[in-house]
Amino acid sequence: MSQRAFLAVAALVVVAGFLVSRVLTNQYYYFAAYVILQYVVLATAWNILGGYTGYVNFGTPAFFALGAYTSVVLIKMMNAPLGLQLVGGAAVAGLLGLGIGYLTLRLRGVFFSIATLALAVVLQTLFVNWEYTGGARGLSLIRPATAPLFGHYVQFLFEVMLILALFAVGVAAWIEHSWIGRGLAAIRDNEEAAECMGVPTLRLKLVATTVSGALMGLAGAPFPYFVTFVEPGSVFDLNYAVNSLAMPMIGGSTTWVGPIIGAVLLGTAQQVATVTISSALNLLIVGVILVAFVILAPEGIVGLIQRLARRREGDVRLAHGKAT
Amino acid sequence: MASRLVIRDVDAGYGAVRVLHGVSLEVREGETVALLGTNGNGKSTLINCIMGIVRPDAGEITLERDGQRMELIGRAPEEIVHLGITLVPEGRRLFPKLTVEENLLLGAFRDGARRDIPRNLAFCFEAFPVLQSRRKQLAGNMSGGEQQMLAIGRALMAAPTILLVDEPSVGLAPVLVNRVIAKIKELKDRYRLTVLMAEQNFNQATKIADRGYIIVHGQIAFSGATAELREHELVKKYYLGV
Repeated sequence: MSQRAFLAVAALVVVAGFLVSRVLTNQYYYFAAYVILQYVVLATAWNILGGYTGYVNFGTPAFFALGAYTSVVLIKMMNAPLGLQLVGGAAVAGLLGLGIGYLTLRLRGVFFSIATLALAVVLQTLFVNWEYTGGARGLSLIRPATAPLFGHYVQFLFEVMLILALFAVGVAAWIEHSWIGRGLAAIRDNEEAAECMGVPTLRLKLVATTVSGALMGLAGAPFPYFVTFVEPGSVFDLNYAVNSLAMPMIGGSTTWVGPIIGAVLLGTAQQVATVTISSALNLLIVGVILVAFVILAPEGIVGLIQRLARRREGDVRLAHGKAT
Repeated sequence: MASRLVIRDVDAGYGAVRVLHGVSLEVREGETVALLGTNGNGKSTLINCIMGIVRPDAGEITLERDGQRMELIGRAPEEIVHLGITLVPEGRRLFPKLTVEENLLLGAFRDGARRDIPRNLAFCFEAFPVLQSRRKQLAGNMSGGEQQMLAIGRALMAAPTILLVDEPSVGLAPVLVNRVIAKIKELKDRYRLTVLMAEQNFNQATKIADRGYIIVHGQIAFSGATAELREHELVKKYYLGV
């Protein structure tokens, strides 16, 4: 998709989102859609490091929570507006990404993953013991009741998350088609070879951890206003790690489309299950679908479609060959 | 642009294991130099020192160009590629899940090389026509000989002044070894490429080399013109089993 086409589609989606918020009044749909869009951001962010670069990150909760807590601090300190919360959350989480990149990128494969998992645990312990943000008890926040033009504030947050999702996808698509993406693909395929060929591997990996971390923080920044109560147990939830990893894997991790498909599919399934069956069932659903995909379609939905398309192309060519 | 690679008294190793002991070597403009030695004598370590992948403990590696001297030790691999030295790594080390074309483009990652991509790509396809017909194929699906051609083509995408080739014959059938060696000679003859080639296959290497160094236990045991090498007793001892 060309840049102009992408921007046109993005603008259409934003306008459509706004128009829907004029018509649809049941608040539940905005809550559900917000969560799904939040996963679009998280999955897309995860994919920049996990899918493009091949470094599996279990630390999503750390970056997400840091974004959320940055907002909490900004609200407590100066009653900062939402825009500032977003910038702050993304910046702090991006810095964490950069720092963690420096510390852990010498580790490969499963060792990198373990280190990122530890990061979430360490950071959670830190916030449990920090009284300023409510410690283990958590902190209640009062959000504005309404937003101009939008009415109910959650409708406004839905529109904000929609824009963030488009922004994250745009960043991912741009990276994928730039020299950065080409270098990241080389690292994923054969890091030593990339280094031999003069690809600046460390610098590119730091770009990946920073951008990925910043986008995760961006997803977390509006969260305090969304739930109005923040406590470590919920923002550091393992759900975020598992979902942001499973969604790109299920959708397809080598293109920017994959995480969107995975997040919309899995996110919707979870929302439906929460309402109709039970909220405890979420992780089980994700687990079963992930296992099924790893076995049946290891390259995700996008990979599966590509494979089928190639096969059909091959059939056509074969048929032509016979005809002549 | 006259360039010369000079290696002087280089010591290197991995942790407590010392591999190179005072190695000195020189590659002059337009020459093909063979670095000969059996497995485990330090050929790849020396190549990796030049590329900045292994950092020597002592000695100097300099690139001289138009009267300018540039120290290579302490520079990152991407800077060394930038200075015009590229590597065809041992065992090819392609990006197997990327296409032939993507592999080639990754050889031209540095800013300066990106501008010349159309020209260098055309050059690669001219030198290796097989790559053009396979440009959309995944690199991992090609035969060993084609993969070696791709590895060489990828290293040429940065338009190097000095090409390092680490064991081009490893893992290839004898007939393919012949073809790869002939190709390197063709590059040298047609395009006046300067080549340093580490190789354990003595007969193949001396077919195309102007000069050679024999490395034994991390020290240069002998150096000389190709004809002298063939007569040398070390060669008889190590390679020909006489």
